[in-house]
Amino acid sequence: MTPTRKRRLSIALFILLGMGAATSLLLYALGDNLLYFQSPSDVLSNDIQTGQRFRLGGMVQPGSVQRDPDTLAVSFVVTDYQQSITVNYQGILPDLFREGQGVITNGALTSDGEFAAREVLAKHDEKYMPPEITDALERANPTGTAGGQR
Amino acid sequence: MAISSTNQTSWWKRCKTWFHRWGSPAWFYRVSGRLIPWLWCGFFLLAIPGLIWGLFIAPPDYLQGNSYRIIFIHVPSAWQSMLIFAIMAVLALIGIVWRIRVAETLAMCCAPIGAAFTVITLATGSLWGKPTWGTYWQWDGRMTSELVLLFLYLGVIGLHQAIDEPRRAARAAGLLALVGVVNLPIIHYSVEWWTTLHQGTTVSLMGESSIDPSMLWPLLLMVLAVKLYFGANLLTRTRNALLVQDRDKNWVREMVSST
Repeated sequence: MTPTRKRRLSIALFILLGMGAATSLLLYALGDNLLYFQSPSDVLSNDIQTGQRFRLGGMVQPGSVQRDPDTLAVSFVVTDYQQSITVNYQGILPDLFREGQGVITNGALTSDGEFAAREVLAKHDEKYMPPEITDALERANPTGTAGGQR
Repeated sequence: MAISSTNQTSWWKRCKTWFHRWGSPAWFYRVSGRLIPWLWCGFFLLAIPGLIWGLFIAPPDYLQGNSYRIIFIHVPSAWQSMLIFAIMAVLALIGIVWRIRVAETLAMCCAPIGAAFTVITLATGSLWGKPTWGTYWQWDGRMTSELVLLFLYLGVIGLHQAIDEPRRAARAAGLLALVGVVNLPIIHYSVEWWTTLHQGTTVSLMGESSIDPSMLWPLLLMVLAVKLYFGANLLTRTRNALLVQDRDKNWVREMVSST
């Protein structure tokens, strides 16, 4: 390699290294601000004020969904299997909203320690299976859900 | 001992000469012209069965039903959008360090194809997101970093167009391509570093994939098909660009007069 090419290569690699370092420092500094949602454990340990908007994410606890028969009001418990928070929501739930599946809600804590959601999104996990296999899994293990979170 | 070492050097030399030949626009034009029909052939041979298998034969998902079938378009194009950026950056680096015109031209021809795959990725993901998540768009780590990838591609294309002298334009835009590589690990690890709406990795090269084999095979067919399409498209674009650049050179004149 000629000296000119060597110099150009080292400059190019130096620029790349510099950009890499700058980006990692930036991401490190932003830290938790880049989290799209927080788990119930995060919320309860971080002492978030009532009325402050954030996204709460976790699994819908099986058996916790209660619908008001006359209105669109619904309440359910979001859990990360350590802590859980009751969520109240008024509106149409996404099609893939299921007990035992992931959910992300956007809203704020109310004074009674519950979460008032303005928006509910279903979080899909990374598993792709035909229905026959989930049926077989459920027959083998009736208590657990086949498509649980990692 | 002595014989084998001379054999080895001659083999290495032949490899090197073969590789260096690609730096000649005339050679590149000739050989890539022979390669392109095969790439198209392979693309159709893989994509047609891949699409039929994925869209009609593969079983529906236990939870999403049939809407998951967008995976057969979304995942191949998402991977390709990132792979093209990496290829573009390597070619740009070769162009910057060795000043090989074919490499510079190849790098610049990568950008529009990569941008197209990024648009396909964002559009299909958005259309899938509405029935699955309940929203077309959210600013989570994965989606935002993929959108940044689109802007980087557009930046490379724009910078290349903004400078009149073609070789300086290719090197300046190549530098942007090189710098933009830092976004690739962010896209890949966004679902691990942060909590995101987008799900984690389904198909992994090492370790177990969390997708049923009946769905994985058509997906892999599509992934390969998209790579061959990229090859055919890139070579065609580069041939045209080289032809325009060398319109006054002898090899083009000879070729035109001989046909």
